[in-house]
Amino acid sequence: MKISLTKRYRFAASHRLYTPRLSEAENKRVYGKCSNAYGHGHNYVVEVTVTGPVDPETGMIANLGELDPFVQREVIEPFDQKFLNEEVPEFREQVATTENVCREIFRRLKSFPLAELERVRVEETSKNSFEIEADMGAFDEVRV
Amino acid sequence: MEGAGLPGKDRMIRITRKVEFSAAHFYHNPNFSADENRRVFGKCNNPHGHGHNYVLEVTIAGEPDPTTGMVLDLKELKDILQTEVMERMDHRHLNYEVPELAGQIPTCENIAAVIWKLLEPKIKSGKLDRVRLYESPELFVDVNAGNGARL
Repeated sequence: MKISLTKRYRFAASHRLYTPRLSEAENKRVYGKCSNAYGHGHNYVVEVTVTGPVDPETGMIANLGELDPFVQREVIEPFDQKFLNEEVPEFREQVATTENVCREIFRRLKSFPLAELERVRVEETSKNSFEIEADMGAFDEVRV
Repeated sequence: MEGAGLPGKDRMIRITRKVEFSAAHFYHNPNFSADENRRVFGKCNNPHGHGHNYVLEVTIAGEPDPTTGMVLDLKELKDILQTEVMERMDHRHLNYEVPELAGQIPTCENIAAVIWKLLEPKIKSGKLDRVRLYESPELFVDVNAGNGARL
């Protein structure tokens, strides 16, 4: 039997999909209206799933009293009400697509010391979501 | 054509049934001091208890029966959930009224694990694949067989 705990968090941020590796015309073609020079924003939802043994003393995989402030500090505070392209350093180097946002959130939360990070799922809107699971091996060979 | 072709795994499918129940609980460990209980469990330690509208999603995996087209009859699953979960937990105080939770803190993790153990032996066609228990729309626990056993 395997048990996991999932908590949903929210942040609101703006971004622009644009890469200097492509010409202006190519950016427009690839990213369409998401490439609008002034940027646009979303209400993002971040679903964080952790797994591990249930502590018999607390009945918990992870105490939300510890998970919540960790996620708050690592992700919500640095991302909420920000322009991701400029204000989160990692997105100066890579396009702030929600694929990359999901990867960056996974990378930031991976070091949670009290349980094992199993999955990060990001809803960019209620219609689009992106997820990374630990066993996809996405970070096995990546510098962290 | 005999048996409509596809053997084994290719015909596997998951079906999910949802039920809701409302219950009270609080978190308290008699091995902890009063201070420790407050520190670890925060406002969930309030001895008067508090409650949630729990939402339970039960997923069964299996191959549809070639005659009925069903993995199992959802009416049967509905009756199992009524007997095993609703009658035990709906409008109950989980600390006092559910013997299966005796001696455990009635966290979402422990409640979901109890539900898994209650349901697993009752599912006669198909296999219990996942129990997902929402304590609120923002917090849920998943239980599955483990060892990457999902389908």
